[in-house]
Amino acid sequence: MTADNEKKGASRRAFLKGAVAAGGAVAGAGMARAAEPDPLITEVQEWASGLGEGVDATPYGMPIQYESDVIRRNVEWLTADTISSINFTPIHALDGTITPQGCAFERHHSGAIELKKEDYRLMINGLVDKPMIFTYADLERFPRENHVYFCECAANTGMEWAGAQLNGAQFTHGMIHNMEYSGVSLRTLLTEAGMETTGDLSDKWVYVEGADASSNGRSIPMDKALDDVLVAFKANGEALRKEHGYPVRLVVPGWEGNMWVKWLRRIEVMDGPVESREETSKYTDTLEDGTSRKWTWVMDAKSVVTSPSPQSPITHGPGPLVITGLAWSGQGKITRVDVSTDGGMNWQQARLAMEGQTKALTRFYLEIDWDGSEMLLQSRAHDETGYVQPTKDALREVRGENSIYHNNCIQTWWVKENGEAENVEVS
Amino acid sequence: AADAKRIGLGREALPEEIAAWDVDVRPDGSGLPEGSGSVMDGEELFVDYCAVCHGDFAEGVDNWPSLAGGDDTLADEDPVKTVGSYWPYLSTAWDYVHRSMPFGAAQTLSADETYAIVAYILYSNYLVDDDFVLTKDNFLEVEMPNADGFIVDDRPETEYGRFSEEPCMENCKDSVEITMHATILDVTPDEQAEAD
Repeated sequence: MTADNEKKGASRRAFLKGAVAAGGAVAGAGMARAAEPDPLITEVQEWASGLGEGVDATPYGMPIQYESDVIRRNVEWLTADTISSINFTPIHALDGTITPQGCAFERHHSGAIELKKEDYRLMINGLVDKPMIFTYADLERFPRENHVYFCECAANTGMEWAGAQLNGAQFTHGMIHNMEYSGVSLRTLLTEAGMETTGDLSDKWVYVEGADASSNGRSIPMDKALDDVLVAFKANGEALRKEHGYPVRLVVPGWEGNMWVKWLRRIEVMDGPVESREETSKYTDTLEDGTSRKWTWVMDAKSVVTSPSPQSPITHGPGPLVITGLAWSGQGKITRVDVSTDGGMNWQQARLAMEGQTKALTRFYLEIDWDGSEMLLQSRAHDETGYVQPTKDALREVRGENSIYHNNCIQTWWVKENGEAENVEVS
Repeated sequence: AADAKRIGLGREALPEEIAAWDVDVRPDGSGLPEGSGSVMDGEELFVDYCAVCHGDFAEGVDNWPSLAGGDDTLADEDPVKTVGSYWPYLSTAWDYVHRSMPFGAAQTLSADETYAIVAYILYSNYLVDDDFVLTKDNFLEVEMPNADGFIVDDRPETEYGRFSEEPCMENCKDSVEITMHATILDVTPDEQAEAD
């Protein structure tokens, strides 16, 4: 670990910036009364008199400059280089459930490659009737499906196993994005190659790999492959971004992000798993006794309060406060989220913005009247199987501290009287 | 499925095309090409192509992965996971080196070179002698120390029951203390400096 000692925590800076933006006019609870007329109202402003930009100014737009802090961030000391590395979605600043593609996290093993549609080829081979080659244009001619799913890196929250480490929901929980995908079901493509001769499907696997140098090959059991796996080419309405697998990626609903192979180039039907590097050396979870779990595919129910949080402090003083966050489960729908303001002593049910969607992010809200005292904020997700998101201690009791992946523990934010928040662990 | 209808898109893959892309190697050795390589040859290749990141003895440089060492550390507070201490199958080492290494110049190693480099990695882990020659035929004779170190995901048995009980809603504990602070470590990037 090579942390820069001179770096100030994100929390303090974000807090000060927020306080300035709020004009410092924190008057406490109750309806504020203005002493002077507001010149933003009483004086004609430039934008109410002059002209804005023409429709030809921005053929493809970026967010307004005042949102320039809503960006991906990386943590240098996490990896040896920035090519086989990770960055983080600014979930602390987003709302709703759909992640804007431009700030949706990236995880590459040999960088984000550039692969034109014209150069794209998808091979299906192995135990099929006829090995096949598809072009990108071929893929667009198959019957299409649309689904919204979360993609969560298996290592999301992984730095937090041994204690509270990174100060912000973006860093502790931001290896995730949630998009609406358009594509072809993997079942459709396997059918095209023909599975008459494949034999008993229940003991068969598919091996999927990307066109990049790392290949990221992973083995997927056939029942999942035929269930809900998508070969996707659009996300949130437009082509995949380069860094998310343009022009074609795999979507593996509910399962760890590593298996969502980008720049997908080959699917092989096999009678066993390959036991590739990404399912032996990596994406295996070491337990306290030194044995390791393999094939931990599903991402369990999880949630996090995105605001208030260390990067999203309270700058408005006591009174009405919106507590909001995200919940998700790889086992199906989120049915309920509980929120505690006292570190888990007492809980109340939050409001789901929409009914939980299967294997997709769900937004929750809890509106409270904050009295300005300290809070220990937590959220606890429930999914349709009856599973309830565990505490970190409960997980460590089963697994120890070295499993790296699959940390779906309850997160605690300590909100101080001045509205700043910090990542903490509690008893 | 028998009732599924083909749409009639795409074309049949040619044998040369499959041979070019289907290079995966499985634990039983299937997929391995003919060839061989010695520890001695592997050492030379490793110094030329690998040691700048992985060290002369595969011990790792800076933050780059160690490929050797870490024996019997898997239950320690900080396990050292290498090919020798952790990887269950030699096939994975061959497959991964052949397909994805060296980092930045992948798919440049011949089959014989890959056999030699894998032989050298085995030697660096004290798993073979310095006169060892790895071939397609003796590949499965190499014993990987952590071959039995893995279990299939057992969360359904060990976790889902205990985490599916109706949870406490009120007066769940007498008191709550903060036991750890992220700002004490202070390793979070300064987002303001980045945005400016």
